[in-house]
Amino acid sequence: MGFLDIKNATKSYGSLQVLHETNIAVEEGEFLVLVGPSGCGKSTLLNMIAGLEEVTSGEIAIRGNRMNEVRPAERNIAMVFQSYALYPNMNVAQNIAFGLEMHGVPKPKREEAVRDVAELLQITKLLDRKPGQLSGGQRQRVAMGRALVRDPDVFLFDEPLSNLDAKLRVDMRTEIKKLHQKLGTTIVYVTHDQIEALTLSTRIAVMFGGYVQQLGTPKEIYDDPANMFVAGFMGSPSMNLFPAKIAVANGVPQAEFTLVDGKTGALPLPNPAMAEHDGRSVILGIRPEAITDLDGADRNSKAIHQVEARVEVTEPAGSDTFVVSEFGSKEITGRFRADVVVKPGDIFPFAINMDKAVLFDPETENRIR
Amino acid sequence: MAGGASDTVVRTGRVSRFVIYTVLIVFCIYYLLPLYVMVVNSLKPLDEIRGGGMLSLPQTWTLAPWGSAWSTAQIGIEATGLRPYFMNSILMVVPAVAISTILGALNGYVLTKWRFRGDTIIFGLMLFGCFIPFQMVLIPMARMLGLMGLAGTVPGLIFVHLVYGIGFSTLYFRNYYAQFPTELVRAAMIDGAGFFKIFQRIMLPSSGPIAVVCIIWQFTNIWNDFLFGASFADFDSQPMTVALNNLVSSSTGVKEYNVHFAGAIMAALPTLLVYIVAGRFFVRGLMAGSVKG
Repeated sequence: MGFLDIKNATKSYGSLQVLHETNIAVEEGEFLVLVGPSGCGKSTLLNMIAGLEEVTSGEIAIRGNRMNEVRPAERNIAMVFQSYALYPNMNVAQNIAFGLEMHGVPKPKREEAVRDVAELLQITKLLDRKPGQLSGGQRQRVAMGRALVRDPDVFLFDEPLSNLDAKLRVDMRTEIKKLHQKLGTTIVYVTHDQIEALTLSTRIAVMFGGYVQQLGTPKEIYDDPANMFVAGFMGSPSMNLFPAKIAVANGVPQAEFTLVDGKTGALPLPNPAMAEHDGRSVILGIRPEAITDLDGADRNSKAIHQVEARVEVTEPAGSDTFVVSEFGSKEITGRFRADVVVKPGDIFPFAINMDKAVLFDPETENRIR
Repeated sequence: MAGGASDTVVRTGRVSRFVIYTVLIVFCIYYLLPLYVMVVNSLKPLDEIRGGGMLSLPQTWTLAPWGSAWSTAQIGIEATGLRPYFMNSILMVVPAVAISTILGALNGYVLTKWRFRGDTIIFGLMLFGCFIPFQMVLIPMARMLGLMGLAGTVPGLIFVHLVYGIGFSTLYFRNYYAQFPTELVRAAMIDGAGFFKIFQRIMLPSSGPIAVVCIIWQFTNIWNDFLFGASFADFDSQPMTVALNNLVSSSTGVKEYNVHFAGAIMAALPTLLVYIVAGRFFVRGLMAGSVKG
């Protein structure tokens, strides 16, 4: 049993089920990120944990206590909203203290708590200001302060960074992570940004269409995706997915696919068990960083293979150069070192790290292991 | 540029500007003339009015007509002046406006932030209530007031205006609160505030502009109402409007026009005052939400 237990929880609006049976057990101190495109049910699930949405069936429990019928205020949770939801008529100190006030904490104690949290978040100078006089980043801090001051069992974050500009978002991301490491609180965090999910979490639940597609550590999710949706959604640029066919040559299974000029490329599969799928059509998934120039290839990998292919487009991105070609009549992107000399039209050797390649069934879109 | 400091979009020449100002001044006079006539004639002795020259300034200035209208003029059967009726109106309008505004705010809060099955139907019915003509409810309302024991009393009038006012005040507040971010309410719920605490601490402090609109609207309508006052009030509970009518239309004795003018101004002053004090908030409230929530 976990610290926060989501057991067979579902949510329906009338006959429309927006969240299908979901089971997640969150341990104390864990940073769980719910990630997925809009409409995947992640915010609904968060609101169910918060008590802002009713649970249609199943159970939500915190510290082993069933929470379904408990009012949000009594669940000992705190939430940071996307719009920050600061009370416009109160100043920062009043905003932070409001929850304590509503829970009947006496004034001297409230003031002390506000001071401590303000110090922790470095917003002491802002305490007398109204939310309207704050910048986006400052509002974000106040919203976190309002959550922190309650010292709750579980923190809920609903896309807290999506209203900030790109640079501030990265800074605040680091800050949230620091805060988590320092305080060791249990956090459930909703985002549609896969980078946020990978950088912040100790575990990720990738959601789509009301289902949890995969639940695992960032590394598991990234390296070992359960299906094509997870593979394509996590990572940027996203994983290259192209059709191939398994063939056995000299007892070694390999994936064959067509190249731009009609030639056939062949990549040996490191897993010998794949031989039993001889002749099967598959989708081959390879991350851009596993497709490189020869010198840029991972030296620790024992499965670097070469494919000669024509370069279609090059996209220098400063730290890397992205090189686009076509495998199995799908565009694929490789991440090359920045100073590789390569130009469109070249026939160039691509070094492919097959240790990192994954196979999917084209029909079910599930992993073939 | 050469035209100098002008922040209007359309730049106008000297001639067109002259035409615009002339037209504006003419309309201004046109609208202000009745007020001028009323003020001027309420300050003259009756002889001067009889002698003609409605537009001329008084030769002898006098406040006697005002005193008479306020405390001694014959209204109905007693010579009480308008004072008791003015008080009736105040006693009616203040609670009616206050209660209908508060109930409207609560309704708007529930209809936008605590939605329930069928809430749009209820709102639709309230909205429909705004458009039922007064005449249609006269007889059923008389029966209702009789049953409640409020017939012919000031509380009875308050009740009638309340019933009619809630539709409008709900409409105002519902539309205003629809723009109000729901996340704030949810945040307050998590912070532990209940239904009324959220209303009192989060919603009301942000409702200034729309409250002003609602108060002006209700005050003007209720103060100026004649039909309900004439239908449901007794002699001792008649509002100002009915009393003014009785004063002006009495068929016996000499027609004291100066007193009538003074009484008419008295009847109009409270609404005028409300507009002057709260008028700028009125426009602001009407505009609120149209540009930025």
